[in-house]
Parts: sequence; structure tokens; C-alpha cells
Amino acid sequence: MSILVYIEHAEGAVKKTSLEAVSYGKALAEKTGAGEVIAVALGAIEESELKKAGSAGASKVIHDSNEKLTAGVIQAHADAISQVYSQVGAHTLVLAKSSLGDAVAARLAIKLNAGLVSNVMDLPDTSDVYKVKRSIYTGKAFAETVINTEHKILAVKKNAVDLLTDGGDASIESVSLTIGDSNFATNITSTDKATGDILLPEADIVVSGGRGMKGPENWGMLEDLAKELGAATGCSKPVSDIGWRPHHEHVGQTGVKVAPTLYVAVGISGAIQHLAGVNSSKYIVVINKDPEAPFFKAADYGIVGDAFEVIPKLTEALKAIK
Amino acid sequence: MKILVCITHVPDTTSKIQFTDNNTKFDKNGVQFIIGPYDDYALARAVELKEQLSATLTVLNVGEAETEPTLRKALAIGADDAIRVNSFPKDSLFVAKQIAAIAKENNYDLILMGRESIDFNGGMVHGMVGELLGIPSISPVMKLEIDGNTVKMAREIEGGKEYLEASLPLIAGCQEPIAEWKIPNMRGIMSARTKPLNVIEPVDESTATEVLQFQLPPAKGAVKLVDKDNVEELVKLLKNDAKVL
Repeated sequence: MSILVYIEHAEGAVKKTSLEAVSYGKALAEKTGAGEVIAVALGAIEESELKKAGSAGASKVIHDSNEKLTAGVIQAHADAISQVYSQVGAHTLVLAKSSLGDAVAARLAIKLNAGLVSNVMDLPDTSDVYKVKRSIYTGKAFAETVINTEHKILAVKKNAVDLLTDGGDASIESVSLTIGDSNFATNITSTDKATGDILLPEADIVVSGGRGMKGPENWGMLEDLAKELGAATGCSKPVSDIGWRPHHEHVGQTGVKVAPTLYVAVGISGAIQHLAGVNSSKYIVVINKDPEAPFFKAADYGIVGDAFEVIPKLTEALKAIK
Repeated sequence: MKILVCITHVPDTTSKIQFTDNNTKFDKNGVQFIIGPYDDYALARAVELKEQLSATLTVLNVGEAETEPTLRKALAIGADDAIRVNSFPKDSLFVAKQIAAIAKENNYDLILMGRESIDFNGGMVHGMVGELLGIPSISPVMKLEIDGNTVKMAREIEGGKEYLEASLPLIAGCQEPIAEWKIPNMRGIMSARTKPLNVIEPVDESTATEVLQFQLPPAKGAVKLVDKDNVEELVKLLKNDAKVL
């Protein structure tokens, strides 16, 4: 009985959140006395990248390098993962919550007759029943959820466990799965993606701007700060609605939900819908000239002041400690 | 052309989340319920497609009688008829089975819903229904155009979007900016009162998961304010206290 971890990659690199999912699988195996942790990767990716799954805790990586699987075709990935799951005799599938992961996991829940829980925050408690803690109401509450099925799928939230970096060496097993054409009925014609940037859902530090930034031409200041912090940039809903920033940067209830170790909010008042997207952050810094901004109530650290004065100074102060 | 839109009946996004009965039930006291915001986008796009393609539009909810005002609102926005599966939505699998059973009977060409509900945030039901029906499921979809039998979509991925094409029938989990939310007008509200709302019983009672207990996150401590002329202090706190730098 083993634990299978579905790992995603983008632009030639295994996603950090997927490696965290491997470490979650490893911790789960140790906790429950399950067998080995096997990772599965689909599409073209270098073996050296897949070896990272070993450091994160996998003993083996099963890899189908079929080019048709490099793009995340939902049905094809679901079909491939279900085949590998059966072949290795797994009883649990672990994956990182993501745009593709969610879509694939839902189909797998039916294929594998598995109980699926998403937004998993911690290792399960298996002392009595199989119980996992997941976040609900967009992070405003948690639910202790029992999975009643023999097979289980856990879609793990960022930072559910610490990333393991000294796990060991994983063997790479190449496979060539047969995936029926009907699984490729959805045709990805092109992608339009910001390249080279740190992706918002995966970032450890996020710097976000709101209407207090007064216009898209002032984003350079936030980008400088983000660069100094090694952070991704986000924005509030009004900012993406007016078109100052693209929708994929919108952090909030109906946008991206982030879970960084540090969230820096600049010129964002802190509407409840925005807070819903950031409430999983470990530390929150709020910079706003309005001392009554509701965001200060949700913050760990705050500066009451004009962003146009504070941000350049903060960037300089960060440079100074390097 | 037949379109089905599945909606959730969820607390307004500004609601204070609290629980009762020893933290086993959501506290509805003083909470206003709405069409799930993502479902509302799906519904708005479906109303546009209905007008463009002379389609019929059915709206569906799995819920107890209390969700009927939410279904009536969807009828006021532009759905032709409504179906309510008369049961508490026990879990994603339960809801997906109800939707799949109704879809099998009615052969919808297009099934839309929100990318996720804003109460349980599972984001699984569309994929489960797709698998149960053996049709493509795509989510989160931020643009959807129909040209003959071809559906052209944009799906949000981390850091951008991908463009896809598929044939009908298919199911999509939707999000902004697929369409602008529609506010029902007086004529819509009047006509919604007499549109059919059919109540049916669930087909399959089985579930895969069950919530034992709810919890609220621990209260946040007071904010530590730093003077705007002493940003070095903030850097120090982040480095030495929070240890995030």
C-alpha cells in the first residue's frame, strides 16, 4: 500500500507546491505506517528536476514523458493518474491545490471511488476515524472532515507541512501510458502567461496594491519593493476591475487566495472580501494613510502613512540589510 | 440548445461566520443568503447565451425549501425554469450525483456553475459531474464563446490563462470576468413568480465525506504600529521577530 503524489511542473520546473505535497505524502506515510511515497509526473520535464521529488520525500518518480501531456489537459491527466494509481496499488492520492490539480482531482474522485477533501491544512488524525482539517468559508473557518471511503484524495493547501529538502534519492521509472483519444477532446490552443515572475499562488511573500496607489503608472514602486523581497505582486479587486492590473493578480474572495509567510498590503482598505483571500497568510503588514482602514485590525504590523513616501524608504531599508 | 446552470445558496460574502449546536451547524441567524458569486457569473453568461442562441435555460439547486427565494432570483435574472432537489447538500459527491442524474434525463448541451461554492470552497462538483457523464469538464473558465458546436474558452492558470476549444456537450466551472452580474429588473421579478419551479427527491443518498465539527480561527492579536519615519524598525521586526526575511 503506497501513497501516490501527483506533481505538476511549469516551464521546465517542478512546482514548489507539488514538492510540498510530496513532503506531505512522506509525513502521512510516516504517521500512518503506510508504505512508500511515489510521485507521478506527466509530460516533458528533465529528470534532474524530477529528482527534487526525492529530496522532498518520494522514493520513486513515475514519469510519462508523452508530449501531449505537457499541457494540462484535464481529462487526459485524470486518466493517466488513475492508471498509475491502480498500477502501484495506492490507497491515497495527494496533490497540491491548484488550477489544474483541483480539476483533475474531482474527476479522479469518481474514477477511483475515492473521498476527496480539498484545502487540507494539516495531516489527518487517524486515531479513531480518518479525519482531516480543511479550510472553508474562504479561510474564515475550518471543518474537521471525516472521509468514509477506502480510497482517499487529499488536495493540500500551501504550507500544510514544511517542505522536506533532505529526503533522499528517488529512482525515476519511465512509463508509456495508453490514453484514449477521447481524453484529448479538449484542445489547448495557446497560453498567455507572465513568464519569469514569481507566481502569486505559490509565492512566500506577496506585495499587493489597492486603489491607494492612484494609478497603474505607480506600480513600479511596488515592483521594486517586491523585487527586493523576492515577492510576487497582487492587487485588490477594484484595481483589477478598473483594469490597472490583470485579473490573475486579483487577491480576494473571488480572486486568487494566497497563503504566503508575509503579505504586504499597500493602499488597500481591507474589505472583508479582500481579507478572505489573505487570511491564510502567516504575517500581514499594512501600509495605509488612513489610520481607520479596517485592514489594520487584521494586520500584525502596520504603518500609517502615505505609500508614496513609505514604500521607497522601505525598499531602501531592505537593501541596507543585505 | 439546452443550458443548465447549477447554483449554490450561500451566505453573503460580508457575513460573519459563526456556528451553533456545539459547532456542528452553521449559524444562520442574521445571515443573508445569496446566489454563490461564481454561480452568479455562470448564470449571467448563460442568460447572454440564451439570448444569443435562443436556448432554454434551466437553473438547479440541491437544497431544502429555504433555497427557493434564491432559485426565484435566478428565474428573475432570466432562467426559464428551476429544479430543486429536495435535500441538504451533504457533500460534493452527493450533489454531483443529483446533478448528473438530472442531466442524463434532460440532455443539456451546456452545464455551467461557479468554479467553487463560497461556503465549502471544494471546487469539485463540475469535475465530478463531468466524469459521471463522460463529458469534458473545464474550470476555472473566465471566457466562454459558442460558435456552432465549438466552445472557445479561456481558463485561468497560475500567472495567466490558457485558451481551449472543445465540442458540446461540456461542463464548465466559471469565474469572472466571464460576464457581468445581472440585477433582476421588475419585469423579471414579476415573471419569476409564475415560472415553473419543480421539486424532486434525491436519487442517491450516498456520500464520501462528512463534517464532524466546525472551528473558527484563533483571534488575531493587536497590530504593532511602526512610525512612518522609522521604516527600519519594521524591517527589524520582520527580520528578528517574525523571521520572514
